[in-house]
Amino acid sequence: MSGMRETTYRECLREAIREALQRDPRVFLMGEDVGHYGGCYAVSKGLLAEFGEERIRDTPLSEAGFTGAGIGAAIAGMRPIVEIMTVNFSFLALDQIVNNAATLLHMSGGAFNVPLVIRMATGAGRQLAAQHSHSMEGWYAHIPGLKVLTPATLEDARGMLWTALEDPDPVLIFEHVLLYNRSGTLSPEAGPVEIVKAAVRREGSDVTLLAYGGSLFKALDAAEELAMAAISAEVVDLRVLRPLDTATIAASVAKTRRAVVVDEGWRSGGISAEISTRLMEEVFWELDAPIERVCGVEVPVPYPAHLEQASLPQVPEIVAAAKRTLGR
Amino acid sequence: MGEIRMPSLGADMESGRLAEWLVAPGDRIARGDVIAVVETQKGAIEIEAFEGGTVGRLEVAEGQTVPVGAPILSLEEPAAAAAAAAPPPSGAPAPTPEPAPAPAPERVSQPTAAPPAPEGVPQPAVPSPAPAAVEAAPPSRAAERVRASPAARRLAQRFGMDLAALTGSGPEDAVVSADVRRAREAERQAPTPERRAPEAGRARGLDLAEMRKAIAAAMARSKREIPHFYVATQVDLKAAADWLAETNAARPPDERMLMGALFLKATAKALLEHSVFNGTFEDGSARPGDGVHIGTAVAIRGGGLIAPAIHDCDRLSLDALMARMRDLVARVRGGGLRSSELTDPTVTVSSLGDRGVETLFGIIYPPQVALIGFGRVTETVLAVEGAPVVRPAVSISLAADHRVADGHRGGLFLRTLASLLQEPQSL
Repeated sequence: MSGMRETTYRECLREAIREALQRDPRVFLMGEDVGHYGGCYAVSKGLLAEFGEERIRDTPLSEAGFTGAGIGAAIAGMRPIVEIMTVNFSFLALDQIVNNAATLLHMSGGAFNVPLVIRMATGAGRQLAAQHSHSMEGWYAHIPGLKVLTPATLEDARGMLWTALEDPDPVLIFEHVLLYNRSGTLSPEAGPVEIVKAAVRREGSDVTLLAYGGSLFKALDAAEELAMAAISAEVVDLRVLRPLDTATIAASVAKTRRAVVVDEGWRSGGISAEISTRLMEEVFWELDAPIERVCGVEVPVPYPAHLEQASLPQVPEIVAAAKRTLGR
Repeated sequence: MGEIRMPSLGADMESGRLAEWLVAPGDRIARGDVIAVVETQKGAIEIEAFEGGTVGRLEVAEGQTVPVGAPILSLEEPAAAAAAAAPPPSGAPAPTPEPAPAPAPERVSQPTAAPPAPEGVPQPAVPSPAPAAVEAAPPSRAAERVRASPAARRLAQRFGMDLAALTGSGPEDAVVSADVRRAREAERQAPTPERRAPEAGRARGLDLAEMRKAIAAAMARSKREIPHFYVATQVDLKAAADWLAETNAARPPDERMLMGALFLKATAKALLEHSVFNGTFEDGSARPGDGVHIGTAVAIRGGGLIAPAIHDCDRLSLDALMARMRDLVARVRGGGLRSSELTDPTVTVSSLGDRGVETLFGIIYPPQVALIGFGRVTETVLAVEGAPVVRPAVSISLAADHRVADGHRGGLFLRTLASLLQEPQSL
């Protein structure tokens, strides 16, 4: 494959922002430390010098304020990208996101769309402790009026932003903190991707592993391990948590008849519960085993590395759950 | 003390030869259990018990021919310990000097009994007669719930297989779909299952000459006694054909549904609405059927014809119906029809489409009162919204007994049937 180039998830995100800024003068980026500091995860490094303070805007520490400003700008015709450092901080802006961004189209009788994109980091694994490590994307997937994206691959990191900006309604993009440094190769033609479908990342016939974001690669590793035990696992990358692509998920499970849902978020009331229920609704009569879930342990994510790791879904647990669905 | 008699397996049967006993004295049987094989003009038929109990004496030896109505088996114990379970005579306060037998000691006396039911699943109280319990009666299979996955259950239903007979390989030893497929495959490799061949020299096949005689007698009686009338109509099958194609697209060939299943189900539902055509006419009076049991005409290679019943067609799903049809054809050709299947059809459906026939005018099988005939599904030019279009279509006919109905009601019945076929997804 000539032309493929080495890159990282972080660079893919940056290229996507750069492309959006170049293609559409209405696009601008705003958030805490996105300008001079280059972003807390260095995603926007260099963009201030390239695009200037009008379009790369550092904000005060005021999530409700700058998220609200983004909503206003979007209604007024701009295409803002708001960066929130981590999903835990987005709770300060819950009112803006849930009560305003998600509802204004409805409340205005269809008069005002809110074409806003909010990016935020999510997930654990970097020893940032309980207030910076949670996976709350499942919460946002509960809210009508929002779209919730969870890019895991380089292609999606590169391609989801532009499509999200084209969407007339608010879109939330969750970037797992362990993915920023992930490297791989990307085609130079890589560009915008669709944001409606789940993707089969590995085909298999015995059990379906359903995962997204940072958990996708754990599921793929588990599938590799299962293959050594002569178990053929299919891995589906959810990609979009709202609206869920039930058709793709159900089709895979109808084929394999068994499912393991992997979610770094907590089990109780989480997106894994929603997926499991949909499988019951759609493919109950195709199932050969109870649906298994591998989720984050129900504690605030611990700081010590060994406890933090113990609180997260890991490959051996996914392998064991998959084997249980096969009675092995 | 009950007894079981030689059943009448058709209007023309006078006697039957008991080919083989499938029970022995001391066996406990339930209503509907197959107890013997009887040879008739229609071939070897499996006889089912009309009531349950413990087999006392076999009144007829294998190989013996006895007239219809003659006792062939006596029962020792009327169905279960009904007496024990029955309430005391009214007025008398129940003395109950002994507590009702607890299940625990019973289990002790039956070391080979069923495994205990899973927690939280209440076991139905199976009353068992006191003496029988001591003799370690075989556990009732109905009391156990088979652990099987939803997929296995649906597949077994589609294939008409018994889950309880399968060994599970899934989680907690549940039967999973792969187990059902494996068993199905094994069944196909060995087309004659564990059925014993009768010891007597006569093969279990059908005596076609005798069958011809029986058909002759029945049909002559029908034409002699039943004032037939006929109505027919052509039905557009585009919706049904499209739905079938969509339904079958994802299925392997041996699980595909055929148009015949839609015909049967639609007929059953139409009969529910027009029940006058579902039943019998005997001794000057009409009797409605006790369910929609459709006699399904199956041609036998060499010239025979038989129409055993598929019971309660109106309540079967299309997949279940398809499984029954396949099963019936296999058993007509390979032996193993049940007595109830021959005695209680409430109506007959005949389909000669695969013989290239466009419309058939049937002769009613007495004492039934109607026969519905399906011709060949052909590409036909129909007028739809004022323009000619080519559509798959079928000619459906009704032959009915004028003593119970007339052409007007016949027409209404066909209209209902035709409109049911326009909404195959709701069948």
